[in-house]
Amino acid sequence: MTAVSHPSVPHATVAPEAPAETASAPAGTTESGRSFGKPIPRVEDNRLVSGNGRYLDDLGHGALAAAFVRSPHAHAHIRGIDVEAALELPGVHAIYTYEDLEADSPEMAENLPLLIPHPAITAPRNGYPLAKDEVNHVGEAIVMVVADNRYIAEDACALIDVDYETLPAVVGIETARSAEHTVHPDVPDNVAAHLQHGFGDIEAELAAAPHRLTLELEIERSASMPMEGKGVYARWDDDEKALTFWTSTQTSTSARAAIAARLGMAHNKVHCIAPDVGGGFGVKIVHPWPEEVMVTWAARRLGQAGIATEVKWVEDRREHFVSSAHERGQIHEVTVGFDDDGRLLAFDFSIWHDGGAYLPYGIIVLLNTSTQVLGPYKPRAFRVDAYSLYTNTVIVTPYRGAGRPQAVFAMERAMDAIAKHLGKDVLEIRETNFIRPEEMPYDFHLIFQDGRPLIYDSGDYQAGMDKLRKLIGWDEFAEYKERARAEGRRVGIGVGAYVEGTGPGPYEGAHVLVETSGKVKAATGLTTQGQGHQTSFAQIVADDLGVPVSDVEIVTGDTRRFGYAVGTFASRGAVMSGSAFHVAAQMVAEKAKKIASEHLHVDVADLELRGGHVCVVGTEPGAESTSIPLGVVAVLSNPLRYAFDESSRQATGFAGAEVDMSKPPVPEGEQPGLEATGYYSPPTSTFASGIHAAIVETDPVTAEIRVLRYAVVHDCGNVINPRIVEGQVQGAVAQGIGGALYERIVYDEHGQMLNASYMDFLMPFVTEMPDSLEMDHTVTPSALNPLGMKGAGEAGVIPTSAVIAAAIEDAEGIPITRMPISPSELFELRATHAASRNKENE
Amino acid sequence: MKPSPLTYHRPRSIDEACEILAEVAHEGKVLAGGQSLIPLLSMRLAAPAHLVDIGSVPRFDAISASPELGVTFDALTTHAALESDPAAAQVQPLLGRALRLVAHPTIRNRGTTVGSLVHADPSAEMPAVLALLGGAVTVRSVRGVRQIPAADLFAGPLESTLEADEIAIGASVPAARPGTGTAIDEIARRHGDYALVGVVARVQVDDGAVTSARMTYVSAGELGQVVDYTDVLRGACATDARDPLWQQVAELARETVDTEADIHATARYRSQLVAALTARVGFAAAQDAVRDDTRTPMHTGGHR
Amino acid sequence: MTSSTTGAEQADELQAETGEQHVAVNFTLNGVTQTVVLPSRTLASDAIRHHLRQTGTHVGCEHGVCGACTVLLDGKPVRSCLVLAASLEGRSVTTVEGLVEPDGTLHPVQQAFVDCHGLQCGFCTPGFVTTIAAFLEENPSPTQEEATEAIAGNLCRCTGYQNIRAAVLRAAEIKRERSGGSPLGPDSEAARASLDAKVRGTTAPVGGKAGRP
Repeated sequence: MTAVSHPSVPHATVAPEAPAETASAPAGTTESGRSFGKPIPRVEDNRLVSGNGRYLDDLGHGALAAAFVRSPHAHAHIRGIDVEAALELPGVHAIYTYEDLEADSPEMAENLPLLIPHPAITAPRNGYPLAKDEVNHVGEAIVMVVADNRYIAEDACALIDVDYETLPAVVGIETARSAEHTVHPDVPDNVAAHLQHGFGDIEAELAAAPHRLTLELEIERSASMPMEGKGVYARWDDDEKALTFWTSTQTSTSARAAIAARLGMAHNKVHCIAPDVGGGFGVKIVHPWPEEVMVTWAARRLGQAGIATEVKWVEDRREHFVSSAHERGQIHEVTVGFDDDGRLLAFDFSIWHDGGAYLPYGIIVLLNTSTQVLGPYKPRAFRVDAYSLYTNTVIVTPYRGAGRPQAVFAMERAMDAIAKHLGKDVLEIRETNFIRPEEMPYDFHLIFQDGRPLIYDSGDYQAGMDKLRKLIGWDEFAEYKERARAEGRRVGIGVGAYVEGTGPGPYEGAHVLVETSGKVKAATGLTTQGQGHQTSFAQIVADDLGVPVSDVEIVTGDTRRFGYAVGTFASRGAVMSGSAFHVAAQMVAEKAKKIASEHLHVDVADLELRGGHVCVVGTEPGAESTSIPLGVVAVLSNPLRYAFDESSRQATGFAGAEVDMSKPPVPEGEQPGLEATGYYSPPTSTFASGIHAAIVETDPVTAEIRVLRYAVVHDCGNVINPRIVEGQVQGAVAQGIGGALYERIVYDEHGQMLNASYMDFLMPFVTEMPDSLEMDHTVTPSALNPLGMKGAGEAGVIPTSAVIAAAIEDAEGIPITRMPISPSELFELRATHAASRNKENE
Repeated sequence: MKPSPLTYHRPRSIDEACEILAEVAHEGKVLAGGQSLIPLLSMRLAAPAHLVDIGSVPRFDAISASPELGVTFDALTTHAALESDPAAAQVQPLLGRALRLVAHPTIRNRGTTVGSLVHADPSAEMPAVLALLGGAVTVRSVRGVRQIPAADLFAGPLESTLEADEIAIGASVPAARPGTGTAIDEIARRHGDYALVGVVARVQVDDGAVTSARMTYVSAGELGQVVDYTDVLRGACATDARDPLWQQVAELARETVDTEADIHATARYRSQLVAALTARVGFAAAQDAVRDDTRTPMHTGGHR
Repeated sequence: MTSSTTGAEQADELQAETGEQHVAVNFTLNGVTQTVVLPSRTLASDAIRHHLRQTGTHVGCEHGVCGACTVLLDGKPVRSCLVLAASLEGRSVTTVEGLVEPDGTLHPVQQAFVDCHGLQCGFCTPGFVTTIAAFLEENPSPTQEEATEAIAGNLCRCTGYQNIRAAVLRAAEIKRERSGGSPLGPDSEAARASLDAKVRGTTAPVGGKAGRP
């Protein structure tokens, strides 16, 4: 237990802007007011708090259990695998190695795919669902065991003997760069990708700049670490020759497509459902995982053999550490050229990115770092020279922030360095460089990670900073720092600004259906891992259809309900599917008005949807001659139906004398049913932004570091549910603090992970959070979608390391160039700097 | 992560437990609270063929406390029960202070203090407390009962001196004496984590000045080793932390208490914490002694 | 009923079949007496989730740190991943499902989580709910600091904890509002009968083959 005290801190002199109404009718009641923008409680919560969630391992109690033999070596040839003893074990049904895949089909014997190709990827390499003849990281799957239960499966794994010839392990960026040893024999420099881009004349600007600084920076590897690990549950129907599988994923449509391809099956014979998912944070966007391939394949194989039709695999925490994905590890060299005012003339950025053993997800993280580094600023010249390197470690794929935290670290540390060099205020330097609202849209003439132009659509960075200054009490801090110093305490303040491209395409879609009961069933293909989509999307649809939120059921991530989707990542859920729901619901509303107008003999323009009815504007929903219940409209939309419910009874009152017999029952160009499928596909991402500040205290003796206060001002455009957005930001800030002060994946030089458990990989508990976390927001609606939304999911984690590093540096007077930082590391830094100061003084 | 197959025994008495252990000896492990053992089983770092669960032995979780005999507790006494026992808190307050630092309350609801003692983890608080107080563990086997004083309890990190067929059935610590104060503190990466460094101190004070000072360390020095700082601290002011002797002992501790490096801290940083905590906790113990003087003594002949 | 004999016989049968020692464990789960026959090395978390199909309790790390598996053992929070099922013999276990009242009303802590947006993905939530429910029995009017301390042993990756801490205080409020309602574990005959009816397969021994109904 730490014994650091919690002294009082300066508080903002101006109260933050009051959030939108905090009270609202509970979801279960009818209400006719707009729901968008209201912090209503979530509809999914009752089920989840009472223990009725259905997460992956809650399904398939009858399934056989899978476990994997995983490599204990970081780099080795596999000389042989002996499974004889394991096969003898009672309760073991099957054991598979790569040989079985090779014998099965070319698709199964193939490498796992490179999901996002890019011209800069010079040497793509990927693993196999089960290792073929080489393993390239501790944790790589080699053998799959299927048994009655997980206990027996693990027993069997312990009996399997793999003969390895170990090879030198390449661990760490420096080792990879030196290329003394290689990860992949045919990639002699360990370089997977080399990315170069920029604008302006960097050499000229650097040469001409009145001032130049070079910084060497480093961010170390961390990981998403959702509370629920990965899992796959597959069910084979041997009558239909069809496969249904559940996987704890961020993209069920893409997983379905990938598995269908692997198994050589038609899409309509493979369905994939994301059940309740216990967090993703990026790690669950990768697909197909080796285990997704193996479990589905095994279910089919055992199903066809009549042995069993259900197979399930649930990873344990250690497996997650060594066989899912990590992120953040990068080394930077930044050279900036600037003038006397601190205007950024040139930003020259070299990046060495630790990509892990394989490259299944391409270089998205690196693309983000190399573009989002620009933040809210407009340097005259910009150059990126970036390498993604192979190492004998776990693969690197996006983790919330996805390369942006590293980028912001680089830019914001540079901004602070410029300020220090010129003796100017850190906020002033940023203000000097902000892109102004009148300069929007701002085109950098670069290509963003979505393959589209990097064009900021809107944003007011100055307004954000103005709010932050008040929220954290920036101007009062100097005095507070002096008082603290007099008491022997060290405190510091730091700031960090960012711009985040959110809502990348290519598209999302939604289906909205009004049933004859008047209830609405809606679905979208992307997935949910705690973002409250069932509520926020229902709010959008409810507003468009004039029904209570509680009458709208939203399903996500189920290919049986919606087959075209991309997935949930890059803060795109609300923007993409929210917009698609709006498009689809608007289509339904238009159709409802059209049908109602015929039956009410009123112009479409005079009708609106309100209170569960289509009614004449300004009249009471339910009034007899001026409104029709939506459910009745649904009946009317399907003229061949003889329904037996209340709506159809009412509908017969409308069907009758005034039918135009010259027209077909289903009008030309129309379809039966009060439903629509709508898509949203934007030309570019929409750019959210934010600026954070932190006040930090460091202990002069023990070097313990504590965040006293943390303030966030963010801009995600128009907000569907402020409570949900606030929760997302709070959670992301916690991950940011974890990433700044606690979380670090540690590998030794042999590629052994030294902290593959929650005891030694330190995620924050409540006690590691600051005493106060304050939030405010600015709103610059997106011009790219009808509801003006921007993404918010990653906001909290993007600048956090930069902010905390700046605050520690302010407290200590020591440059902080490497994150995360622990008390021990701070102590050693102090010692190093004291030593060099002493040397200087001699 | 699931345990390997094992044969589970649920003895209804300690005699039965001893008999089973005598039979299975090195292939058996005793299960009490399980908070240390079960993770080892799940991670397959331990795979005993036999598990002897003494959790069903009735009336095996007593606590007794008296100024004469100190605090005695049984094998199944949980950290939580001991921590919240009012009599134990009166008789030996260091117990409760230390127990509050052990993991989190939920772990303490199940983990046993005796179990923690014989687990002999150098990163654990209770072995350091037992050593400092000069307590003892009572062990039993088919061959009889014996007491193992703290000084003889630890063979090395994670290794007690219990024989393979012995069960720890209880432990005891002496009562706090008038004029003696105790304190414990630690610095950990997160609240509730294993300490980077911890210090337990017991200081005697007479007339506002230190007359003796002994300390044990968590995650530093040698498991169970009591360090005597009396020579340095004799005469130190028990009410003024600025007395230079407190700094002196800090520096002595830095030089003499061994520390190791791991992924969380360098050896040098741990030494910094050793120094800081030696002074801080030593002083806190001295203050505790002074406070103790002003309390109504509950000890007979309690004259300081 | 002769559950213990049947249980022991079942255990022997299963041992003969699988080669692995099985035990019969009799305990109370959410107010309902259970006899479950399972391999002796089975963790309590697995017994509750898979043998008894109460999947509200979740497993996040299986080494006792995250707290998602926390259940109440005789009213006190413990990590069910650090308890052998066999050690539950004769004890009483309450899980998150058992905190819901017989008529479906949420426990004050559960309601507080809904009120305060104290959950996002919901995976860690049951561990928090049981922990806080027990805490409030001991300390019905906690301060902000005490509320923080109460939840200091459970990990959450989604929420950042602010709303969970608020939920502790809100739950105390709801308890006061309801005052006199919803104790841990039913103690009235009617409530017990209602729970029996809700839990399928009530008091008959549950087969020991993991993963098979």
